[in-house]
Amino acid sequence: MRPFDYVEMRVPAKSQYVGVARLTISGLASRIGFTFDDIEDLKIASSEAVTNAVQHAYSEGEEGEVVIGCALYGDKIEIMVADHGQSFNFEETKAKVGPYHDQEEGAFLREGGLGLYLIETLMDEVKVHHQEGVTVFMTKYVGGEQVEEDVETISS
Amino acid sequence: MNIQVELEETGNKLTGFIRGEIDAHTAPVLREKLEMHHNKEGLNAELDLSDVDYMDSTGLGVFVAFYKSVNAKGGHVKLVGLSSRLKRLFDITGLGEIMDIESVGKGGN
Repeated sequence: MRPFDYVEMRVPAKSQYVGVARLTISGLASRIGFTFDDIEDLKIASSEAVTNAVQHAYSEGEEGEVVIGCALYGDKIEIMVADHGQSFNFEETKAKVGPYHDQEEGAFLREGGLGLYLIETLMDEVKVHHQEGVTVFMTKYVGGEQVEEDVETISS
Repeated sequence: MNIQVELEETGNKLTGFIRGEIDAHTAPVLREKLEMHHNKEGLNAELDLSDVDYMDSTGLGVFVAFYKSVNAKGGHVKLVGLSSRLKRLFDITGLGEIMDIESVGKGGN
């Protein structure tokens, strides 16, 4: 048995589905014990990734789909977002994504702008893979600070 | 997943109340409404975000664009009522330093 539960969503590359993906990921994250603040971070990071994918599809004039794969472990969530509409072989795709440092990926970073910056800031690990479209692979660990007090009092 | 934008312009003052979620889908609605006011000379805008439940970079983009247009016409934009979550989003992107933002988050700063 594999050590994680895997949930995959496939949505049209349209902005009205960004919120659907965000809410689903929020629900999944709450099942493995993320704090309210971590869930909010996950919502923003996953929305940014799906938004990038949707906007990429629009700029290419495609009627594409976005695939969002979530692997739920005991202590972390791994989220992959791809703008080329193919289902993942999750482990195979994961093995292919590397840290982004080359020129081409730098271009994506600029294109993604603030969105990718937020993904990097809010997630623990981020990788970007270019092949048949763009795949963003990001991880967040349960843990950090398990703050139980009123969430409104938590700041950066 | 919706947004409500109420804007009222009286003289040089624009008062706004925004409710709901600001993301890739709703940001264009907000942008369009703000653009009906951003060309006024010396506009003094105050936007209340206390009922904004969610926002990401698309929302930041809209507020930055509005801020730039209004500033270019000698006006001022103030964002008020931000939750500590929202304030944090402005802070981690560096916009908190640039824009006039008033947060209600008790644990802020």
